[in-house]
Amino acid sequence: MARGQTGRKPQGGSRAAFGWNNPRVRAFIYQAAVLGFVIGIVWFFASTAQENLQRLHISSGFGFLDTTAGFGIIQTLIPYSEQSTYGRAFLVGLLNTLVVAVIGIVLSVMLGFLVGVMRLSRNWLVAKIAAAYVEVMRNIPLLLHLFFWYFAVLRPLPGPAESLNPLPGVFLNNRGLILPDPVSTASATAFLAAIAFALAGGFFLLRWARKRGRETGKYFPAGRVFLSVLLVLPALVWLVMGAPFELHHATQGDFDFIGGFRLLPEFVALVLALTLYTAGFIAEIVRAGILSVGKGQLEAAAALGLKESTTLRLVVIPQALRLIIPPLTSQILNLTKNSSLAVAIAYPDLVAVFSGTVLNQTGQAIEVIALTMAVYLTLSLLTSLAMNWYNARIALKGR
Amino acid sequence: MKNPLVALFVGILIGVGGLYFFLPYDPMSLGNSRVDAGQAQVEVDRAGAGETLRRVRQRGHLICGVSQGLPGFSSPDERGRWSGIDADFCRALAGAIFGSGENVRFRPLSAKDRFTALQSGEIDILSRNTTWTMSRDTQLGFNFIGVTYYDGQSFMVRKASGIETAAGLAGGTICTETGTTTELNVADYFRDRGLSYRVLTFEKNDEAIVAYDRGRCDAYTTDASGLYAQRLKLAEPDKHMVLSELISKEPLGPAVRQGDPQWEDIARWTLNALINAEELGVTRANVEEMKQSDNPRVRRLLGQEGNYGPSVGLSSDWVVNAVKAVGNYGEMFERNIGSETPLNIERGLNALWTKGGLQYAPPVR
Repeated sequence: MARGQTGRKPQGGSRAAFGWNNPRVRAFIYQAAVLGFVIGIVWFFASTAQENLQRLHISSGFGFLDTTAGFGIIQTLIPYSEQSTYGRAFLVGLLNTLVVAVIGIVLSVMLGFLVGVMRLSRNWLVAKIAAAYVEVMRNIPLLLHLFFWYFAVLRPLPGPAESLNPLPGVFLNNRGLILPDPVSTASATAFLAAIAFALAGGFFLLRWARKRGRETGKYFPAGRVFLSVLLVLPALVWLVMGAPFELHHATQGDFDFIGGFRLLPEFVALVLALTLYTAGFIAEIVRAGILSVGKGQLEAAAALGLKESTTLRLVVIPQALRLIIPPLTSQILNLTKNSSLAVAIAYPDLVAVFSGTVLNQTGQAIEVIALTMAVYLTLSLLTSLAMNWYNARIALKGR
Repeated sequence: MKNPLVALFVGILIGVGGLYFFLPYDPMSLGNSRVDAGQAQVEVDRAGAGETLRRVRQRGHLICGVSQGLPGFSSPDERGRWSGIDADFCRALAGAIFGSGENVRFRPLSAKDRFTALQSGEIDILSRNTTWTMSRDTQLGFNFIGVTYYDGQSFMVRKASGIETAAGLAGGTICTETGTTTELNVADYFRDRGLSYRVLTFEKNDEAIVAYDRGRCDAYTTDASGLYAQRLKLAEPDKHMVLSELISKEPLGPAVRQGDPQWEDIARWTLNALINAEELGVTRANVEEMKQSDNPRVRRLLGQEGNYGPSVGLSSDWVVNAVKAVGNYGEMFERNIGSETPLNIERGLNALWTKGGLQYAPPVR
């Protein structure tokens, strides 16, 4: 690229080109000097910190990750007990953060699109409701959202003894929503394989149908075929091999239910708060994206006789997405990072477990905070990478 | 490919070389100093001695790390004045240093932030109902200077629940706050007995106590003293009770940074002096008269004989000033958490050794 731009091609192998007069060499030396300087500064700070920690008799290093943690965590997605290590506690916290972030992202994007489209509705009431939603939600600090939803979720719920029991095996009380625990049986593998097979087949079918449609103009109802296969195949397995899982109902203990699969009120409140708050921002991004599509495009589509739904699907959304994706990425990153407020309402996310409890038990602030920062940085960079890849795929391509 | 690599190498050389030139000291000697670390340590300690006192005097006030509001230990009253036994210890220390107990600024800290605040030098002393444990004393880079309150962890439950022992909580949910020893004690207690439990860990005790009040948990756990204090915040305190069973030893005391032995001595002996004052009958009201006492132990304590204050860099009437600021240990206790207060905690373990308690201070001599 650089060569193409300067239009001056250094003479390959020529000795004369190497020296102070070659701008490329000079640029390299400058950049390397800066790099060296930065490395040196980092090394200087690290060695100073190391010296001071040693002088103050504060232990350092990452050896503590192998030490027994000794504390309990209320929500663990992987097996964890008090005898597990700090490293394991770190993983538990990380997974708790991820599960909140992923669910929050999916829900807030869905709600955000809905509200954004609603705000453009020709129906006065619908548009105003959406506008009010956006203004109320995004103008209240997230921490207040958290407390509001947490205590709003808790207040009306009864204690475990007077649990609501809307369906057999489903209990709702202020300890959470307790569902029957699906325990897999012998046919579970075949059942999951059937779903995976249907999904994979559907993916290729859709691709093939689209390609053929583009090349020959012939229409194939791939979507409908895909859906029916996805339903029929697992159902067949179920009929032939028996149910893929059994529901183990929770039983009433002295204080609380024992067993079962449970959704904690803290989790629900956190997801609610993050979703409602972020959806307010996403709605505005979606509205801006849709409004950016020129009126002429819509008129041209109408002139071609496209239906309104087809216009939306084939003309408006593909062009709107180009504007929506970059700011949407920021909102997704914000949601992930905002989930670190969870500790305020006792949801055991990474910050609560690791830079809360573990930091306090070990006192190794530098290592713990550095590791936590590294996790959020990695998560953010990976999200950005995925979104940028998607953005590049849908970007306007000159043909 | 060859040219850029050569350039990179030259650049790094220039960069590192340039940095080397600007460094305030020779980085190569760092590695060598570790060879005789013992020697270096002695020098560092000597250099640190007296530094804290000098800094505090220069600043004109003591910076004292306290809790964010634990009635009886450290909490701001309606006029914003900090009161409580932990806050009063800092006033006594300020009295010993400056002659006035008011030369102190309080810095409220969460349980999570308190150690970092002390390590980084943001506060001079941490007087924040902190349990003295081996790992905190040895690995975190500070020293505990004594015990201001012998405590133990317990549970608060609803009277209606009929729970009378901690083991009765098996299978229940327990609320607590993060960054304390309580999480570990609960885990140890239930693990020992093979009982199941759920622990819900909040960042601040304010939210934890609200969650308990709303019925999210069956019990709220922290040090027994804290439970009495937190109970006052509940909607109906009379419907809750603190279990008499203690599941841990929690000696609460102030801590100072390691590396300044003089500062450590000042803090330790201020506490010892307050306890000795109670033992010898020296109170806020009679401290001036007691100076004329014939009892040599009182005379030494109040600086009429010997050279005890100046030996740690203070004036000889340091104890007089400390007692004038807050009274002796017993007065501090009664005023903040004892029978005169809504907390109404008995002396119990915290009575003087002469009265069947554990408070025993080495003599001033």
